[in-house]
Amino acid sequence: MPKRTDIQSVLVIGSGPIVIGQAAEFDYSGTQACRVLKAEGLRVVLVNSNPATIMTDPEIADATYVEPITPEFVEKIIAKERPDALLPTLGGQTALNTAISLHENGVLEKYGVELIGAKVEAIHKGEDRDQFKLVVEAVNAKIGHGESARSVICHSMDDVLKGVDTLGGYPVVVRPSFTMGGAGSGFAHDEEELRRIAGQGLTLSPTTEVLLEESILGWKEYELELMRDKHDNVVVVCSIENFDPMGVHTGDSITVAPAMTLTDREYQVLRDVGIAIIREVGVDTGGCNIQFAVNPEDGRVIVIEMNPRVSRSSALASKATGFPIAKIAAKLAVGYTLDEIPNDITEQTPASFEPTLDYVVVKAPRFAFEKFPSADSSLTTTMKSVGEAMAIGRNFTEALQKALRSLEKKGSQFTFVGEPGDKAELLREAVRPTDGRINTVMQAIRAGATQEEVFEYTKIDPWFVDQLFLIKETADELAAADKLDPDLLAEAKRHGFSDQQIGEIRGLREDVVREVRHALGVRPVYKTVDTCAAEFAARTPYFYSSYDEESEVAPREKPAVIILGSGPNRIGQGIEFDYSCVHASFALSDAGYETVMVNCNPETVSTDYDTSDRLYFEPLTLEDVLEIVHAESLAGPIAGVVVQLGGQTPLGLSQALKDNGVPVVGTSPEAIHAAEDRGAFGRVLAEAGLPAPKHGTATTFAGAKAIADEIGYPVLVRPSYVLGGRGMEIVYDEARLESYIAESTEISPSRPVLVDRFLDDAIEIDVDALYDGEELYLGGVMEHIEEAGIHSGDSACALPPITLGGFDIKRLRASTEAIAKGVGVRGLINIQFAMAGDILYVLEANPRASRTVPFTSKATAVPLAKAAARISLGATIAELREEGLLPKNGDGGELPLDAPISVKEAVMPWSRFRDIHGRGVDTVLGPEMRSTGEVMGIDSVFGTAYAKSQAGAYGPLPTKGRAFISVANRDKRSMIFPARELVAHGFELLATSGTAEVLKRNGINATVVRKQSEGTGPNGEKTIVQLIHDGEVDLIVNTPYGTGGRLDGYEIRTAAVARSVPCLTTVQALAAAVQGIDALNHGDVGVRSLQEHAEHLIAARD
Amino acid sequence: MTTSTQGNASQRTRALPAVLVLEDGRTFRGRAYGAVGVTFGEAVFSTGMTGYQETLTDPSYHRQVVVMTAPHVGNTGVNDEDPESQRIWVAGYVVRDPARVPSNWRSRRTLDEELAQQGVVGISGVDTRALTRHLRERGAMRVGIFSGNALPDEGTMLAEVRQAPEMKGADLSAEVATKEPYVVPAIGEKKFTVAAVDLGIKGMTPHRMAERGIEVHVLPATATADEVYAVNPDGVFFSNGPGDPATADHPVSVMRAVLERGTPLFGICFGNQILGRALGFGTYKLKYGHRGINQPVQDRTTGKVEVTAHNHGFAVDAPLDKVSETPYGRAEVSHVCLNDNVVEGLQLLDRPAFSVQYHPEAAAGPHDAAYLFDRFVSLMEGQRA
Repeated sequence: MPKRTDIQSVLVIGSGPIVIGQAAEFDYSGTQACRVLKAEGLRVVLVNSNPATIMTDPEIADATYVEPITPEFVEKIIAKERPDALLPTLGGQTALNTAISLHENGVLEKYGVELIGAKVEAIHKGEDRDQFKLVVEAVNAKIGHGESARSVICHSMDDVLKGVDTLGGYPVVVRPSFTMGGAGSGFAHDEEELRRIAGQGLTLSPTTEVLLEESILGWKEYELELMRDKHDNVVVVCSIENFDPMGVHTGDSITVAPAMTLTDREYQVLRDVGIAIIREVGVDTGGCNIQFAVNPEDGRVIVIEMNPRVSRSSALASKATGFPIAKIAAKLAVGYTLDEIPNDITEQTPASFEPTLDYVVVKAPRFAFEKFPSADSSLTTTMKSVGEAMAIGRNFTEALQKALRSLEKKGSQFTFVGEPGDKAELLREAVRPTDGRINTVMQAIRAGATQEEVFEYTKIDPWFVDQLFLIKETADELAAADKLDPDLLAEAKRHGFSDQQIGEIRGLREDVVREVRHALGVRPVYKTVDTCAAEFAARTPYFYSSYDEESEVAPREKPAVIILGSGPNRIGQGIEFDYSCVHASFALSDAGYETVMVNCNPETVSTDYDTSDRLYFEPLTLEDVLEIVHAESLAGPIAGVVVQLGGQTPLGLSQALKDNGVPVVGTSPEAIHAAEDRGAFGRVLAEAGLPAPKHGTATTFAGAKAIADEIGYPVLVRPSYVLGGRGMEIVYDEARLESYIAESTEISPSRPVLVDRFLDDAIEIDVDALYDGEELYLGGVMEHIEEAGIHSGDSACALPPITLGGFDIKRLRASTEAIAKGVGVRGLINIQFAMAGDILYVLEANPRASRTVPFTSKATAVPLAKAAARISLGATIAELREEGLLPKNGDGGELPLDAPISVKEAVMPWSRFRDIHGRGVDTVLGPEMRSTGEVMGIDSVFGTAYAKSQAGAYGPLPTKGRAFISVANRDKRSMIFPARELVAHGFELLATSGTAEVLKRNGINATVVRKQSEGTGPNGEKTIVQLIHDGEVDLIVNTPYGTGGRLDGYEIRTAAVARSVPCLTTVQALAAAVQGIDALNHGDVGVRSLQEHAEHLIAARD
Repeated sequence: MTTSTQGNASQRTRALPAVLVLEDGRTFRGRAYGAVGVTFGEAVFSTGMTGYQETLTDPSYHRQVVVMTAPHVGNTGVNDEDPESQRIWVAGYVVRDPARVPSNWRSRRTLDEELAQQGVVGISGVDTRALTRHLRERGAMRVGIFSGNALPDEGTMLAEVRQAPEMKGADLSAEVATKEPYVVPAIGEKKFTVAAVDLGIKGMTPHRMAERGIEVHVLPATATADEVYAVNPDGVFFSNGPGDPATADHPVSVMRAVLERGTPLFGICFGNQILGRALGFGTYKLKYGHRGINQPVQDRTTGKVEVTAHNHGFAVDAPLDKVSETPYGRAEVSHVCLNDNVVEGLQLLDRPAFSVQYHPEAAAGPHDAAYLFDRFVSLMEGQRA
């Protein structure tokens, strides 16, 4: 019996909310692991505060705790569940750090919990800079290869300044210990930069430790993914080469698998060093990732770092090779050896081998700098991207161009028309790594740069540079050809050119190019990712397209449903949509369909090869989707294509797919238009007699002013046709309206600006519902904590709603039904309402799965996305009730009174961004969405649930200490009661003079502190910002004074982010926090699994 | 380091056409790569993602047309340190995307130039995966590559392919082995002398021995037992090499003489098949062979798995589940490939002799099996004690 028999139950820690550097890939890894462990007969206990994950679906684990991932809460779970073992290597740095804390504070020992997957000693050896350096030295002594960059460990600013001299001067790299995604690291070119970066690094590091290193900027960068079992068998799963040389975080680099520019001798040196490191560190039942820098001049190898756990790169490597690292890591952790585990893809060969690729994989990062206009867009060793796309091709050019178009971002694809610009200037610009540098390089090539020049300026490897030249020369050929002959067209497609790009070059419409191409018989084939370069037959249909000879798509009998995924994660379209797609796949598979997933996001569960019956790892453009539909239509019957679950990306293809004869199921493209088009939607509302805020559209300032004058300020303005509230702003006066119109680049006669009346002090409400044409199932009603005007994605919300009564729900239900019917929804719809005074306004409706579907599903224990997928294919709500997929009676609008309260809180990426002067970016919430993820707090009362949501998102709410309050005039009245409560709980209040005065008049004592603008006092009295920096403030309440101009609270809020002090920027959040603090101060906060909640809820429903 | 391929795309000259014809009639069209002309051989595929220089110069590939499953070939150019022998041995080379510009600090010239200069006919731009799948299903077979502007018609090409000699029954060692003996001196202090019978030896093999203080006397394939013992060896080594082991009667007889005298013996690849035959086992041709650097082999004495470099189309037919009685005492299968249970190593239990079917010298490939050279050293030490 190879499996350990002494472990009956295991606790798995997830990674919590999606943040930059720790994203959906841990849902993919964790889901795999939980499934494997469950299949092995173990009781799986899971903790993860992120509701938008598949891993927190109740059927994935035996006991699922959507609770904060803090040592305190995890201890409660351990005390309750008494697991035999804890597996901490699948939930990123969060899980690893939590496990280390539990080890260090004796909890694991107390409850007899064994850490499996990685020993504490190994974690320290791998992650502690000092210890890791010794590891590398030991490895060098043994095998004669591998060294660390010259470096010094520093624990204070003095150490840091001295350290620079011992390294031979600037530039130097600063790396804080034990932070995730390289948070806080960067290059310092002078003392000022050094003081700033190292100062922050010392703060961020839980061990107050930073490492200073010699600069290896411009070297070649590689990664290896390794696995080792208890018998000391080691395999290298994948090699990855960074297109961007050293200096850019690997998460922000374009990366390529396998390594492209190493000879076997050099590769084997990396492999030998990697294996020696995993042995020396002592990772004995799991995986690790090791990063290397190689000097292009002489091949000197420097080991940069290792992660003794599953990582973003291992998720990428798993998708790139078909070797499921997390799954195998979980099996190794419970005692199997690599040779005992079969390779899933071949089924005939063991996992103790090294995958070999007969294709090229390119990953490209997706950034969101447009959301943070003040942030410095230079790429550094701190990760800043919010998502990524992966593409597979039979060569680099094909994979690269597919990856760039998968990013689905304006300007991400190469363009070969128009003036490229000045060569010298473009080259200079290409020196600085940024989002889209590769496009700048291409323009430089178009402008006449030589290969040598490109290398000199960018240090991008000459082989990659030549590949860019190859693409450019192919574009030239396309442009110069008399006509598109089959050879030329095939050649262009082999280098990854899209129909759209070819059309642009030839001055043709995309669909014309496609027609010509089809007429000439130039179509892609689909190859299989099989881990073995076709040496053995593959059983798993994991496909990618290529313009090659032979296709491997096998015929099938069952009708297929093609589900379009959501593409790279970005702010506004994240893991929540993947969640819905995965659910659709599961539900439709259960209903007897063959499921076909299309997506290009390597971080997700949807692109796990065993989620659907077939996986196409392809860009989600019209061209790519049409070709897949064509290939599948040759393989067997197609029941339909699902576009409503992957967010705006597939929804946007809906009409074009239908126009091309593709059977789009669910809500029709015309109905989608009826909800998205202002005029059409206005008619739907008018017919149903529902009010919307007064609004108008304008293309000039004069037009906008006229509308604003009529409906009154403040107004909500935004460009039309944008997502995630991009460019949306609340405008309080005419002056700002004028400057807004002047600044906006998105407004043109064909793209008017939308001007809406802004509903001040309105309660915003989100509704998720299902509609089958006859019956409405109200999935859930969420009441936002923050008032209308803050993007729903950034707002906290509660379900069931905490202040709405039965009458309100009745109105919401009637309005939702009227809209769903009027629009013609068949599946999910999300509607945002605003309740102002007693009027229920309709803000907008989205006839698709929304961001809140996973949250609603978990809070009400009803799988809405699964139901939506079934409705799309013709099932009725009545049938689904009968089947048990939906509750027999009632819906999410009428939850029992003692149903648990769930609070969703958004998680913001402020700490990731700095402006070009190195200062933090402002943290004020607004109508433009900027959160990267969310957590859920669930408990029997609102206060506790809210407190849990805060603990999960930002760290626990303080229960005593000093609270600083500074609010805008309009908030002063509503601040008084919560402030009094804080005092009652023993808080000492600090306030700026104006706020203190109001408090005093209401009988609340507050110490006046100096504003930053006032400077340090005559007797050395600190300003509020200094107090925050010195750790003397435990809670900050700071609401912004209107918008526009420089915001007064900016320094306070950025200091709060830097010091991780809870900072509330709305009075509603303050009121909720006070309830939370109250709950925390009243007795013990318990933990309860989703399964227990569901049992309770189902019992109450019956 | 790099050569610029500037120039107007419209002036870019496309390579000449080329056709690959398999003996079962399947045809692939592509572009000429390396030398232009005609070549024949046995079509085999290699799955290594690195190490094309080592592959090309491995004498075991003599008379074989190698299909590279890795799409990009030539990226690191050609250097003067990595070849495994004095020349390229493959009969033909099939790749999908050859590099235009090599990039490596050790690169001296492009692979295209090297192939052309050594007269190796290749083809690029073919669906190598389709070709590999075909060979996997139908087995290794004869193939021809025809390149240039004046190509014969398909029927003629196919007839020519079918007239080419087959690998089964081919005795090729003498064609690739050294004609004259030579010595690879020990690195550092000399501890042992080994007579290495060259059946197609790779440069890294004597190097791995030299690293361990062994002076290696590389002898021609035709060396007799007397010639082997003339160097007064502490151990005898039989190398890898091309061809059908069933034809290798001479090396088998030399090996039997060595076994007879109980001199420590180590064999690699072809050397393993010769040991198999010397012990009385048969050999057989695998459907499509093992050629790659990712094959999992289990050392049955320790249970450990090593990731290894392979290049063999034939294998030894020995029982996996029991110890066999042989004229030289008990023998057992020491190593086995976990992918397909093919015999990957033999050892004698009563005499100091062992061999492996794969390549512990790697080049190209992982170094996991380098311990086998230490095992050889131990045998020689044991004999001395």
